[in-house]
Amino acid sequence: MLNNYVPILVLFVLAFGFAGFSVGAATFTGPRRYNRAKYDAYECGIEPTPQPMGGGRFPVKFYLTAMLFIVFDIEIIFLYPWAVAFSQLKLFGLVEMALFIGTVFIAYAYVWRRGGLEWD
Amino acid sequence: MPTDIQAPEILYGPLSPMLIVFAAACIGVLVEALAPAARRRGIQVVLAVGGLLAALVAIIVQRGARTLTAGDAIAVDGPTLFIQGVLVVLGVLSILLLAERGLDGSGGAVVARASTTPGSREDMRLADSDAMQSEVFPLAMFSLGGMMLFPASNNLLLMFVALETLSFPLYLMAGLARRRRLLSQEAAVKYFLLGAFASAFFIYGVALLYGYAGSVDAGKIFDATGDVGSNDVLLYLGLAMLAVGLLFKIGAVPFQAWTPDVYQGSPTPVTALMAACTKIAAFGAVLRVFYVAVGRDQWDWRPMMWAIAILTMVVGAILAVTQTDVKRMLAYSSVAHTGFILIGVIAVSKAGLSGTLFYLATYGFTTMAAFAIVTLVRDSSGEATHLAQWTGLGRRSPLVAGVFAFLLFAFAGIPLTSGFMAKFAVFQAGTAGGAGVLVVVGVVASAVTAFFYARVVVLMFFNEPAADGPTVAIPSALTATTIALGLAVTIVLGVYPQPMLDLADQAALFIR
Amino acid sequence: MLGAAPLAAETIEYVAADGPLSYLWLLIALPALGSAILLLGGRRTDKWGPNLACAMTGAAFVYGLISFLDLRGRAEQSVDLHLFSWIPVAGFHVDAGLLFDPLSATFVLLITGVGFLIHVYSLGYMDGDPRKRIFFAYLNLFVAAMLLLVLGDSFLALYVGWEGVGLASYLLIAFYFYRPTAATAAKKAFIANRVGDVGLSIAIMVMFAALGTTSFEGVFSNAGALTAGTATAIGLLLLLGACGKSGQFPLQTWLPDAMEGPTPVSALIHAATMVTAGVYLIARATPIFDHTETAALVVSIIGAITLVIGCIIGCAYDDIKKVLAYSTVSQIGYMFLAVGIPGAGAFAILHLLTHGFFKACMFLSAGSVMHGMDDQVDMRRYGGLRKYMPVTYACMGAGYLAIIGLPPFAGFFSKDKIIESAYDLGGTRGWVLGTVALLGAGVTAFYMTRLMVMTFFGNERWTEGQHPHESPKVMTVPMVLLAVGSLVSGFGLLYVVDLPQWLSPVLGHHEEAGPHTISVVVLTALTLVVVAGGVAGAVYAFGRRPVPTTPPVAVTPITVAARKNLYFDSLNESLLMRPGQYLTRALVFLDNRGIDGAVNGLAAGIGGGSGRLRRIQTGFVRSYALSMFGGAAVVVAALLAVRLGT
Repeated sequence: MLNNYVPILVLFVLAFGFAGFSVGAATFTGPRRYNRAKYDAYECGIEPTPQPMGGGRFPVKFYLTAMLFIVFDIEIIFLYPWAVAFSQLKLFGLVEMALFIGTVFIAYAYVWRRGGLEWD
Repeated sequence: MPTDIQAPEILYGPLSPMLIVFAAACIGVLVEALAPAARRRGIQVVLAVGGLLAALVAIIVQRGARTLTAGDAIAVDGPTLFIQGVLVVLGVLSILLLAERGLDGSGGAVVARASTTPGSREDMRLADSDAMQSEVFPLAMFSLGGMMLFPASNNLLLMFVALETLSFPLYLMAGLARRRRLLSQEAAVKYFLLGAFASAFFIYGVALLYGYAGSVDAGKIFDATGDVGSNDVLLYLGLAMLAVGLLFKIGAVPFQAWTPDVYQGSPTPVTALMAACTKIAAFGAVLRVFYVAVGRDQWDWRPMMWAIAILTMVVGAILAVTQTDVKRMLAYSSVAHTGFILIGVIAVSKAGLSGTLFYLATYGFTTMAAFAIVTLVRDSSGEATHLAQWTGLGRRSPLVAGVFAFLLFAFAGIPLTSGFMAKFAVFQAGTAGGAGVLVVVGVVASAVTAFFYARVVVLMFFNEPAADGPTVAIPSALTATTIALGLAVTIVLGVYPQPMLDLADQAALFIR
Repeated sequence: MLGAAPLAAETIEYVAADGPLSYLWLLIALPALGSAILLLGGRRTDKWGPNLACAMTGAAFVYGLISFLDLRGRAEQSVDLHLFSWIPVAGFHVDAGLLFDPLSATFVLLITGVGFLIHVYSLGYMDGDPRKRIFFAYLNLFVAAMLLLVLGDSFLALYVGWEGVGLASYLLIAFYFYRPTAATAAKKAFIANRVGDVGLSIAIMVMFAALGTTSFEGVFSNAGALTAGTATAIGLLLLLGACGKSGQFPLQTWLPDAMEGPTPVSALIHAATMVTAGVYLIARATPIFDHTETAALVVSIIGAITLVIGCIIGCAYDDIKKVLAYSTVSQIGYMFLAVGIPGAGAFAILHLLTHGFFKACMFLSAGSVMHGMDDQVDMRRYGGLRKYMPVTYACMGAGYLAIIGLPPFAGFFSKDKIIESAYDLGGTRGWVLGTVALLGAGVTAFYMTRLMVMTFFGNERWTEGQHPHESPKVMTVPMVLLAVGSLVSGFGLLYVVDLPQWLSPVLGHHEEAGPHTISVVVLTALTLVVVAGGVAGAVYAFGRRPVPTTPPVAVTPITVAARKNLYFDSLNESLLMRPGQYLTRALVFLDNRGIDGAVNGLAAGIGGGSGRLRRIQTGFVRSYALSMFGGAAVVVAALLAVRLGT
């Protein structure tokens, strides 16, 4: 019965083995010449610019907006299958969707009233 | 593509307790949005307490309900209703603790504005204002709603949703302490990261179990375990992953690492909510998974759970010995208690189930009162949680120290406290279920825990108080109610436990 | 010959309580509530607390009276009130319940009635004491515990009350805890009681082991099933418990020391009620003693020995309260003597009740004397007080006449019956026990007369600056009431109430069968002659010439021995304390080297392990996550291993 999973196991072994080999090979064979660029993020050599106050942080507003987008995005995604199945779910589906949208709107009302949509 | 979709049947009656709590939480969000800032706190407290009490009434009305509903996704049965009842009452108590503002200046345990940078000038100014982040009340309500749904979930996906519903608000609430905000925020981040990690295990386990049984319904999985020839490896991989997610929530070793840090950092009322309610809800889910979904395979998962229970009891008890912080000590003691409760789970019998339920109820009330007492002992920088500061507390404030000592005795399982009856119930079920070794380990671990509880009592009563020791704040009716009720339950269930045992016994039957 | 019919039916069943009796728990709850209010209420109850305590006891008395009257009107006189399932563990089921039958009803009236009078008396006696409230709280606690003791319907419930009165007694003896003597006396009482308690608890365990129950109903119904050996063992263990509580030989030494407590305490606890709990226990266990003649005989013998010891030591003391204490020891000896005689249990209870009246009366009178004499207790410093304290004198006189057994005072009826029953046992034991009881009556008359003479008659031997005065009304009224009780209770209880008949459902029927060993008239006359001899001797020895203010040195060896409690303290010291000390030292040595070594090692091991384990709690999320991951791997491995292993 386990035989079915042998390929997966082999894949695991190969994957780990490759990763281990790469790291090991780099450690043993690679030259070690450290400089400032080496310590930079991802060694890309590109300074994150511009440096805002507090050292490399984004305003939390970005995240907030992103999260709000996700909330409404999911609402839309949920609406699609509902719309397809609407004729079968009938009144039940309508009420449930109304409730769902209602709860999302509660969140919306909160964000709106408490200034989450204002940039400053 | 199949297009035949049936609208599931929804029985609103049995669901009403959860619906009420969620509705109250939603209204709480609207209150945050619409009510003027000065009046929010008052409205929120009334709303939350009212909602929980209404839910309690609904639970009492529905006490006879034994049904599956919402497309078999939700099981409203004895254990569900028992756990929901306990959760709702404990929820009221934790709301009261959150609402307390007589202890810390004027603002209570919750931060004035969570978004200010800790230590900034703005933060200093706000620390002594009477503002508070009153969102904590709807958050607590959402969390409680999730907790009520957690043990009721007969469908593993729904269980996952419930798990996240109860967890997310807790992650936020953990970071809302008014004092020592960095510690609090650190706790929140740790809890969040590790919780997310555990959730990942959980959902992966659900996926594997789906692969095994072709369904995520607990009942269907149970049916599948009866079929010969199905692929057991998937079952055990899935179950193990699922167990990791659940064991994380109950704080079993080796998934307990977050407990002390988070308990210590969170605002104490939130810690009380986590320690009492989350544990109860998570145990409810553990029971449903292990009794309903994989109840047939108990001989296969028992050795693993044995090991976990022993590790949990031993590590919890031993680590508690060297703790120097009251909240951390209580955290490790809660870990040890997790181990004791697991004995009841492992018994897989009616007695084990009812014993576990009884233990959860007693433990919840005692814990709630104990953390409430922790909020009272304060110095200029907030709560004085270092044990050295509790030295000689019995001289200074015999009533508070006496109550705390009694609660510690209940934790230790001294007779005439609820803790004794609870331990007795699960140990008896364990012995009857053939887990004698486990019970012996449990008794030894209880002895070790009794040692450090007694150490605190000795510290409080037989040592001279420190010169610059903390003061014991006079609680308002809110905290006093919490302590009084917790203490009363601890005493009553210790002296006259029969009605509660009967209740747990009547509730001790899952439907699938 | 006296014949004792065994309890009528072999199975004993109590009927369920109804009517006024369904609130029996109130009897206990009232004083318990009073105690709780006074203790928890703090200083704000200082003002009205003591009055509340009196009211609670008074209310309990009224309710007790109502219940008593209700019980008298019933056909089934054993009423059981089930309260709740106390310990409902599989195979071990104990219900908490109360039993109200003639015996417990009698005790309830005694405890609440005398208790109420003494509460009222204490209002005056303790006036001005800063800890008056605490005192009343303890008194109420005592009353509640004592009522639980006599109302419990199982040996386990009785045991709870038993320990409760022990606690209350300890607290009250040590009420003046700042006096080293009081603290020591309290400890002594506690330890002597513990010795007895061990006996009682083992007796309960034996009962449970043999019969599987501890309820009166169950134990007494099945007492016949006990083997003779078991019954005797239970009987003797119960006796050990009774000896501890009632100050009987060999555990009697704590009782006189207990007089360090305030005088109302001595009157209530160490004379009228608690110390008679032993008698109650033996009387309650009559169905068991019916099956073991040996144990019953031992009870009588212990009673006789104690009776003599108490009398002899009572003659030698000059401390008025200690004399009364030893007379208590001796009078309880009478009760033990009687309760061990088959069929005479009712007379033991009769004597217990009359004794409750006259001894409480005498103690309160003694307290009144002390009140007027600035807490002086040395009788050699009294004298001629009858002019200054006429009421006290009269009350003490009534108690005195009652205890020496002068007709028609109470003691005459009860003590006479005991002597008569003892002789009626027949054979050697009848003659020995009877004669001891008879001579004891004479010695009692001697030392009690000595007390009266030294206190109220003769020259005034007061210390400088004493102004004896009568006590306030609040003290004298209870005394007078108790004095009236001392006068009428004997006749009333024996002939008006017909106590033996009333108690017969519990204690068995007392049958007048066959001729008496000595005819009643002759025996009564003989007793009175012996008593008169005792009185005359005392008057001759102490009444004719002035009493010296210091105890004479050149005295008989008996007096020397009696002054030292007949060397019982020394005996205890050399037999128990010294070996105990050696044992302790040896154990301490062993403990330090062996056990502590192991325990400390274990503790250090746990502490060390804890410290080491703590290091894994680094505070870094990454290491936590790693441990979780490791744990998850182990869980998966374990489950699969079990699966693949099978």
